Amino acid sequence: MTSIGTGYDLSASTYSPDGRIFQVEYAGKAVENSGTAIGLKVKDGIVFAVEKLVHSKLLVPHANRRIQTIDRHIGLTTSGLLADGRHISNRARDEASNYRETYNSPPPLKAVADRLGLYVQAYTLYSSVRPFGISTILGAVDNTGPALYVIEPSGVFFGYNGAAVGKGRQLAKTELEKLKLSELTTREAVYEAARIIYLVHDDAKEKEFELEMSWIGTESNNLHVHVPEDLFKDAEAKAKAALETFE
Amino acid sequence: MDHFPTNWGRPRNDAFDAYGTHPIHQRPVNTPKDAFDAGVQRTQQPIVTGTSVLGLKFKDGIMMAADNLASYGSLARFKDIQRLQGVGTNTVVGAGGDMSDFQYIQRMLDELVVNEFTSQDGHTLSPAEIHEYLAQVMYARRSKMNPLWNSLLVGGFKDGERFLAYVDLLGTTYSASTLATGYGSMLAQPLLRKAVEGREDTLTEEEARQIIEECMRVLFYRDARSLDKYQVATVTAEGVTISDTQFLKTSWSFAEGIRGYGAQTQ
Repeated sequence: MTSIGTGYDLSASTYSPDGRIFQVEYAGKAVENSGTAIGLKVKDGIVFAVEKLVHSKLLVPHANRRIQTIDRHIGLTTSGLLADGRHISNRARDEASNYRETYNSPPPLKAVADRLGLYVQAYTLYSSVRPFGISTILGAVDNTGPALYVIEPSGVFFGYNGAAVGKGRQLAKTELEKLKLSELTTREAVYEAARIIYLVHDDAKEKEFELEMSWIGTESNNLHVHVPEDLFKDAEAKAKAALETFE
Repeated sequence: MDHFPTNWGRPRNDAFDAYGTHPIHQRPVNTPKDAFDAGVQRTQQPIVTGTSVLGLKFKDGIMMAADNLASYGSLARFKDIQRLQGVGTNTVVGAGGDMSDFQYIQRMLDELVVNEFTSQDGHTLSPAEIHEYLAQVMYARRSKMNPLWNSLLVGGFKDGERFLAYVDLLGTTYSASTLATGYGSMLAQPLLRKAVEGREDTLTEEEARQIIEECMRVLFYRDARSLDKYQVATVTAEGVTISDTQFLKTSWSFAEGIRGYGAQTQ
């Protein structure tokens, strides 16, 4: 699996003979080894779910948020180096705030994703900085409706109906493809997202994890908020139950 | 560190290179950088203005009222302006004075609310915090001789506490159970005080509305820059509600009987 760079992988400003920038690819590895994050774009909104790997019993439950709020109607979650994730969230907030100041209007997700993509790409140009070791999922309900984007460490970004990044993304993507996302409501999507996260969590590798979920949609007044406690508990319980029957 | 011995021991003005120490392209630039910079002015006069704002505390919260007029000097130019702005879920800000400065304040407050929201830590800004923020901004601007030409009332309800305070272009702040800006502080404040002071905890919403209406009526009769259309904002535990425009019934028939002004002398 590992491809040895043999000298072409020391800085982001060096191409390999076959046209690859290894540093960017290695950044992708950082993402692949981190906890899964998924995003669903459904009929009336967006749902995020994150598998938060808990590395110590001393950590306060429900602290250390992986899902960040960027603007009233925009949410962001990352997989990979968490500190890079916080940096990108702050940058995204600045970009969204700047858009508001310039255009006196809440930013459409396309504009924020575009700016963030440009920003991430800038860190792949120089040997003096390293590329971001995160894949970013951005979701919003803006004036064009629900929108979902993923920005990779190379700076490339695409719009998706369903997205998964991190350790369990292959299995998560398979599960997402089975769903008819455009027909689900955000409430239904919450249950599906919880189920998928529980499914992709590999008990053998990491025992403890915490589920974190957020949504934007008609039920949240188009605000990006964490899923309400009662719905969250119910979705979690159903996800655990589904796991029993899956095997 | 100044490496040039010719500058040692001499008084320094960094804005002007008195001894030509540096070649021309390295000297400090004191010309306007662009057309905008050349036009920057400071202390202003208010242009499009709003008149009084009234505020009072009642049993369940606070009530604030302002008419729908933005005057252009003596011209009643814009007659459907909302001078009351809800901020977050528990505060309302009412402004008199320059309306463009108020629009700028509205943008600042919106930015503040969004920033608070994105931190998602379960905290929301209280009315007292918003008032303090505005007071800091207003005082800082006046200290730079570039004020935001407004008198603002900030009112709200949080954690069972009612809040009502004033802040203006000078950065002056005060708080009471009844407040008014502009002509209201002269004409309406005595009426508000008479009706409210001592009874804040028993005054009902309906009674408060009556008091407000009476004061707005007096203001329309006597303030030459007021309008008979106004809105009332109410903040209670339920949140902020800004009413639809209400119309004042006034009677001007007494004007027929006036003698000594105009054509009719007797």
